[in-house]
Amino acid sequence: MTALAGGALLSITDLKTHFRFGGRWVGTAGSVRAVDGVTLSINPGEVLGLVGESGSGKTTLGRSILRLIEPTDGSIEFDGIDVRGLSAVEMRGLRKRMQVVFQDPYQSLSPRMQIGQIIAEPLRLHRIVPETQVEDRVIELLGKVGMEPYFRHRYPHEMSGGQRQRIAIARALSLEPDFIVADEPVSALDASVRAQILNVLLALQRSEGITLLLISHDLAVVERVADRIAVMYKGKIVEVTDAHRLVDRPLHPYTQALVSAVPSGVPGQSRPRVVLPTDTSSPTASAQGCPFAPRCAEAQPICRAATPHLQRKDSAHEVACHVR
Amino acid sequence: MLIDVQNLRSHFFLDEGVLKAVDDVSFSIEEKETVALVGESGCGKTIVALSFLDLIPSPGRVVGGRILLEGEDLRAMSATQMRRVRGRQIGLIFQEPGAALNPVQTVGGQVADVLKLHRALTRHEARAEAVKLLGDVGIADPERWAGAYPFELSGGMQQRALIATAIAGRPKLLIADEPTTALDPTVQAEILDLLRHLQDEHDMALLLITHDIGVVAEMADRMMVMYTGKILETGDVRSLFKDARHPYTQGLLGSVPQLGAGRDDPLRGIPGAVPDFLELPRGCTFHPRCDLAEDVCLSSFPPIRGIAPNRSCACHMVA
Repeated sequence: MTALAGGALLSITDLKTHFRFGGRWVGTAGSVRAVDGVTLSINPGEVLGLVGESGSGKTTLGRSILRLIEPTDGSIEFDGIDVRGLSAVEMRGLRKRMQVVFQDPYQSLSPRMQIGQIIAEPLRLHRIVPETQVEDRVIELLGKVGMEPYFRHRYPHEMSGGQRQRIAIARALSLEPDFIVADEPVSALDASVRAQILNVLLALQRSEGITLLLISHDLAVVERVADRIAVMYKGKIVEVTDAHRLVDRPLHPYTQALVSAVPSGVPGQSRPRVVLPTDTSSPTASAQGCPFAPRCAEAQPICRAATPHLQRKDSAHEVACHVR
Repeated sequence: MLIDVQNLRSHFFLDEGVLKAVDDVSFSIEEKETVALVGESGCGKTIVALSFLDLIPSPGRVVGGRILLEGEDLRAMSATQMRRVRGRQIGLIFQEPGAALNPVQTVGGQVADVLKLHRALTRHEARAEAVKLLGDVGIADPERWAGAYPFELSGGMQQRALIATAIAGRPKLLIADEPTTALDPTVQAEILDLLRHLQDEHDMALLLITHDIGVVAEMADRMMVMYTGKILETGDVRSLFKDARHPYTQGLLGSVPQLGAGRDDPLRGIPGAVPDFLELPRGCTFHPRCDLAEDVCLSSFPPIRGIAPNRSCACHMVA
């Protein structure tokens, strides 16, 4: 765990979320180990970036932490509370403190509700402020995400993607949460709008002291905004360290390939590329060994026999690799 | 000059009005050159590509201008002539290879079809050549995968197979519309490497349509920046990255963080949002988002004009 494990806001230990499927025919049943033994902690006020390719399990991990998807095994401790031990009613109470912003602001806002109602709904549901103050509070929240008060009378379809994502952020903020999971919050937006939304999210994260789990496939964005970055591969965290350090001195062979694959942004200049062979194994294949071994140029016999666990290389760098 | 586009206009005739997706666009592409057409979603860049091959879906169509391929106007061609251009002179690949490939035909069969059509190979020759091409685009064990259906392939392999169909007719120009957007970063890098390699080997020009500034820097010789159906700035990539002149280009380049660089710079975006095509601002369509806008910007759209060797810009405020 991190140096500040004792003071972590969120600690998850050996968390597993497996999806079972099939079973009607012999040999068709199985399970996908979307999250497969994740141990991770986030410190108060920290921005932790979670990166990985599509299908690596990062969205499932984010949702499992909030129990929007029920984990299969492991523990989640949030500010001393055993999250998995809570009843549904207790969980609803805790959700005030743990909020989520989804990728697609076209699907996450009800098309039949005015913006004011969308933001007011959690305020009313959790009785955050008396009814007489709800409207003032909505206006205040709109202001926090840089929107004029008159937007509360608009419907989502009248707004751009960036505006909708501001509304989704305002709604998440309405309950004054301690922790927000932002799952690809800018991926659906145009490049010129992404920076606006990231800046809104970060300014609020700082001013409100919110702890943020930022899930993204875009390593360059995550490097710019996160304190630390965790790299996920096939349901497991393979490396965690400070954001800049992960980019400058990645240790895990997968992280090295990931960093090398990002365009340099300088015309005529490519990063020295680490090319990975294609993995043809199925997501339901055996859990034995390192999940990256089939694509790893440095794989040894042990990599196929035993699963490496996250190990501390020094005070701020953890990596799950037998050869590192 | 391989391609010379002059005053191209492609419009969609909707109940709500006329949507000018491509509005007076001119540019050229030299042989073997890589030109990037850059812009955000909905700026009209894909419609430029579809205009080349007469593939704009109804109710849209090309309404003006000329598209000269080695001096011959594509717009004046009959349907039969156009079929010979598609695939043989101009190849096309899309963002979603899974949607572009035929789901009920093997990938080898799809490549072989192109070979039979454009290179007049026999069934037997086409089959052997298709396997060779699938190998050329980096599919390991092509003999086996030639008999596979698209759903059996990963996204990266599907894009490789689609590229094989696009280059099978040995086109002089390959149009790649967001070829790596749907792919994971490591796969994206592989596909870009492949495109570069094939371009060298086959002496193809590449028109790369993308919103991804990083891909442009890595791949292109020249770039054109498009916004609301118009080209706002063009230039060679090196000089344009160093010294963008149009406020939109400056904003776009500044909006995109680069890995390992500019760590202390604040992220800068462009205020506002891309306007709706049917409610475009008067004058320069960028003026509501522009810090430099003055009265003249509200009255007329600035013509694109040369500002330096190999550089042009459409802005009233740029001398």
